[in-house]
Amino acid sequence: MKCQRCERQATFHITDLIDGKPNELHLCEECAQTFLSPSEEEASEVLPAMAGLLAQHLAVGETADDLARLDQRCCPICGISFLEFRKQGRLGCPHDYVYFADELEPLLINIHDQSHHIGKVPKRCSQGADQQTQLIRLRREMKEAIATENYEEASKLRDQIREISGQVHQAGGSEGLSQ
Amino acid sequence: MELDGLANSSGEWLKGSGPESDIVVSSRIRLARNLADFPFISRATEADRTEIERSLHGRVEELRASGEVPTSTFYINVEELEGIDRQFLVERQLISREHAESEGARAVLVDPDERFSVMINEEDHLRFQVMQSGLSLESAWELANRLDDLIEDKLTYAFSDKLGYLTACPTNVGTGLRVSVMLHLPALVITRQIEKVFRSLQKINLAVRGLYGEGSQAMGDFYQVSNQITLGQTEEELTKKVADVVPVLIDYERQAREFLVRESHETLHDRVSRAYGILRTAQTISSEETMHLLSSVRMGVNLGLIGELPIPTINKLFIHTQPAHLQKIAGSELESTERNIERASYLRRHLEIDKPGNPSKN
Repeated sequence: MKCQRCERQATFHITDLIDGKPNELHLCEECAQTFLSPSEEEASEVLPAMAGLLAQHLAVGETADDLARLDQRCCPICGISFLEFRKQGRLGCPHDYVYFADELEPLLINIHDQSHHIGKVPKRCSQGADQQTQLIRLRREMKEAIATENYEEASKLRDQIREISGQVHQAGGSEGLSQ
Repeated sequence: MELDGLANSSGEWLKGSGPESDIVVSSRIRLARNLADFPFISRATEADRTEIERSLHGRVEELRASGEVPTSTFYINVEELEGIDRQFLVERQLISREHAESEGARAVLVDPDERFSVMINEEDHLRFQVMQSGLSLESAWELANRLDDLIEDKLTYAFSDKLGYLTACPTNVGTGLRVSVMLHLPALVITRQIEKVFRSLQKINLAVRGLYGEGSQAMGDFYQVSNQITLGQTEEELTKKVADVVPVLIDYERQAREFLVRESHETLHDRVSRAYGILRTAQTISSEETMHLLSSVRMGVNLGLIGELPIPTINKLFIHTQPAHLQKIAGSELESTERNIERASYLRRHLEIDKPGNPSKN
């Protein structure tokens, strides 16, 4: 297939959203680069544009429907949608790395050439990490409950938060003392 | 307050000593960390941010009480600072522009000798930064690693076995480590080889930025070279990769300087002498022109074309002639025109051409 903007062979297949409507593009590497580079205006808007730019690479090889569906997915813990991540280049919470793992994998390989950490490991293993992740969700839900004046729910959530915080804190404390 | 003390001093990394310090101004290590039980900053509510700051401040106070972190460190509430003080910390490279310009609860722990700073609630919950003069990345990494251990002793970080330390931006995930050296490369700029050098650095996954990091212009021919990759390599490997390329860059710069000395000695000497002359006599001067001229003077001193001027003085002038510094030193807010006059006066005072009896003070 030929590039839609010049005579070269198209090697990049990009799905772009224009006013929410998907649009398929087939470009050579050079034209793809120009296309994916943010305009000066965009660049000043999002300073570390690299993550956003790379996030756009994710669109490569996906159909428009896939992409639209993916963009609507929201992390159950922090509530960020994939579209929001793509726009700002920043994730919302540690759980996003689990929830969007399949989508992030090619992005990480694109950035780092690798997908496995081999460096420093914290001494405190995050054995309570699941609980800590739940704390993020519970606090968000409590805030929403208060906003909708659902105080009964908010009070239940507050009790849960206290219980988990207590456990996490205790686990942390004992480990600290044993050092 | 503490900042006034800093305004008249200059940090460890400006002292102009350490290996290869004529070209390598400073070595820096940055570590990004997040607490496991809070969302990243972009999704954090004001209450979350306050709670993160409170919890990290608490840990810092414990460490100061136990003497593990020097009691002489300052804990500065960045949210409460005046704009000019935030700008001052940016010019001093103790906080980032992003940290200065964002909103909500945030703070920075500053070592009085400016060997390290710890930003709280920047892009990540924690950003450790260690600065050293000259080329000494390994000792900078050791200090950063120790600070990280101290905080981590009582708080649980967001970490995954597969991906390492989890960060708000996937470009930092894994080690969360940014290893960088700030280089002064005026001869590569003059001989127009700098672009070529950058392209070859990019090919080996190293990034090049200006004096104030991401998105900033290269001012005064200062460039920061740092690792682009943070995942899939150990901290030592990442440090070594940057450390290994530095001697090559030093060698290129030295060759370019030798070429200039050999092939166009008069032009070079003239350029340096004129720059020195303007800096010592100007009555009004912009920050941009100052940086540009100081760069020539710095190279001139290193090549022995200007004898009497110590490098630490020049390093200090680069920072102290910036807008917030000038205003802190003058003790009052100054408009741009007034700043240019104040800057020229400051330069004349420090380059010692003003004679007694001259109307300018000091």
